[in-house]
Amino acid sequence: MLGLNKSDTRLLLIVVALVAAAPIILNPFPEGSGLAQFNAGYPDLMQRFVIFGIFAIGFNILFGLTGYLSFGHAAFLGAGSYAGMWMMKLLSINVIPAIIFSTLIAGVISVLIGFISLRRSGIYFSILTLAFAQMAFSLAASVLTPITGGETGLQTNLNDPRIFPEFLGGGSSIDGNIPKPSLFGIEMTASYQLPIGGWEWTFNWGYYICGVVMILAFYMAIRIFRSPFGLMLKAVKSNQQRMNYTGLNARPYMLACFVISGMYAGLAGGLMAAMDPQVGAERMQWTASGEVVLMTILGGVGTLIGPVLGAGLIKYFENIFSKINSNLLHEWFAFLPDGLEDFLVTIIYPFIGKGWHLTLGLMFMAVIIFLPGGLVEGGKRISRAIRRPKEATAADGKTNPAE
Amino acid sequence: MDQIILQILNGLDKGSAYALIALGLTLIFGTLGVVNFAHGALFMLGAFCTVTLSRILTLSHTVIDESRKDFLGNPLKVDVPYVYDWFGESTGAAIIDWAVPLSIIFAIPVMIAIGVAMERGLVKHFYKRPHADQILVTFGLAIVLQEIIKYYFGANQIPAPAPEAFIGSFDFGALIGFDAGAIIYPYWRIVYFCFAMILIGAVFAFLQFTTFGMVVRAGMADRETVQLLGINIDRRFTLMFGIAAAVAGLAGVMYTPINSPNYHMGMDFLVISFVVVVVGGMGSLPGAVLAGFVLGILESFASMRQVIEFLPGINQVVIYLAAIVILLTRPRGLMGRKGVMED
Repeated sequence: MLGLNKSDTRLLLIVVALVAAAPIILNPFPEGSGLAQFNAGYPDLMQRFVIFGIFAIGFNILFGLTGYLSFGHAAFLGAGSYAGMWMMKLLSINVIPAIIFSTLIAGVISVLIGFISLRRSGIYFSILTLAFAQMAFSLAASVLTPITGGETGLQTNLNDPRIFPEFLGGGSSIDGNIPKPSLFGIEMTASYQLPIGGWEWTFNWGYYICGVVMILAFYMAIRIFRSPFGLMLKAVKSNQQRMNYTGLNARPYMLACFVISGMYAGLAGGLMAAMDPQVGAERMQWTASGEVVLMTILGGVGTLIGPVLGAGLIKYFENIFSKINSNLLHEWFAFLPDGLEDFLVTIIYPFIGKGWHLTLGLMFMAVIIFLPGGLVEGGKRISRAIRRPKEATAADGKTNPAE
Repeated sequence: MDQIILQILNGLDKGSAYALIALGLTLIFGTLGVVNFAHGALFMLGAFCTVTLSRILTLSHTVIDESRKDFLGNPLKVDVPYVYDWFGESTGAAIIDWAVPLSIIFAIPVMIAIGVAMERGLVKHFYKRPHADQILVTFGLAIVLQEIIKYYFGANQIPAPAPEAFIGSFDFGALIGFDAGAIIYPYWRIVYFCFAMILIGAVFAFLQFTTFGMVVRAGMADRETVQLLGINIDRRFTLMFGIAAAVAGLAGVMYTPINSPNYHMGMDFLVISFVVVVVGGMGSLPGAVLAGFVLGILESFASMRQVIEFLPGINQVVIYLAAIVILLTRPRGLMGRKGVMED
């Protein structure tokens, strides 16, 4: 289907189904129950899942396929956000031009940065991208204040000169309120609440727009992974020198890959601006670049679905785990004898709540040390371990070809 | 003219910090071939050695002072540090005042132990893995160390003042014939610069003039041959990792009066010190030191008022700009050797 083979089609369909049903899947616990705080099915967080999913998919196209570790991807995310904001300020509050323009701007910037950074490889490439991103961050926070709003950031205002206020049902500011980003006249924050039994499911318009964009982005990523172009990029990773000796110039491929990856980041940035119309320079800081590296590695480098899983996991930790406090822990362990309860709470407390970064760091290290392929490899190993007892009898007597 | 001298002086103290961190990074890279993203965290740990020591020194017990009354007329309760009891009041006060320099003695064994533990426990397993994996695992370690410190010491800056003797500024201009007050420079920054020079000199002397250093240099040049000669080079390299950690830690210890330590100070320095290492040339020790000072001075020149008026924002980006220019024109850095990280 759509030029994909059978297993890829299945993967895509699974992703589509997951994205469509996320508001239900992520809210498995009834409202008001003790576990309700593990529900992640509220619009803000779901939007972040898919937006960072797009960001990580794009990063994975660069790092997973070519092995070039960029430590400056947040610059494209930030540039995309700023570009999207300006479209919403100047053109129309409609999100479509914002998203398109943010992708384009990020593309242009990544051509510039990529052209220079890709002259070097390995750690030098990482440092160069890091240097560019830090430059972008410092400039956005200081000198470029007329464009970026400096430290206070950029917001939509009442008196923004929108040229086509009514374009595709964009909201206008007639009623005296700051118009919210919208599409076809429906605001991004609009949601439909569906209470069934004890559950309450929220179907959010903004989330579904992000979801559709992510599915398109995911489809594109599959096509890139399976294309001759993707094969060329894998050749760069396995042995660039051999590729040069066969008469192929790797640089145009690398640049194209870098730009595609940057445009994904810009797209994510544009969506972020569209969902929550305010941008600050901290979005470009190198810790943000580090975050997307974490996501991709945790999920699984070079796999299709890994980065999305990693993005979801980290955002879930950031928003849900960080809310657990010591009172709640005491409630959970209340059934234990007092001494044991206090002991357990003391042990667990540093790892949750405000300390969730510690858990994240430990998890990240564990993944790098024991599971270089990330969660996807972990899943594969588990499924292989389950399947092996059955296959062992079937495969007896068959010789494996020498690798 | 006085402006220029002032900016050079201003650049020296930041440059010393860059140079010390970059020196440690290069030592690790040159000996073990590992790109250590946790080096900034070691700098931060050193700074927190100072905090820990000054907390230990000020451990107190409460004494009821009958001679003084509080506002309710009750006898005043006074916290008396234990060091007062042990060494007498004036010596005790002096010890607490000199907590920062004293932490050097405390930090050296602690940092060497941390460095050796890090190498044996984690980094050892990554020699055969690609550089990207080394970067990532040490990056993860940096996050973990940072969070542990944040858990114990909180997220706020913790001031650690310099000894009273070094508070205040030195009128450097008057010494070399300028008007009084033209070039004023804080005492502690002079101390920091001298300390950095001594430490750098000590590391170089250690490598140059001791048998141990000779073996390490031989190992850096050709590890296999040294091993074939029957020398256990791994053990020496492990100790070098500890020494590199100690250098970063001491840089952090002495930096505390200039910049109050907080848990993410390491990350802030790490990015720049990586730039410094790359500019100096991967694996070149003199290059790291030179690049550290050059970039530090460059940064302070770029923050001059006249320069900022001419090129707004240049002070924020000059280091990165310099790094980009140098990497593109001299791909091996200022003093890089052939064959190091050429891939």
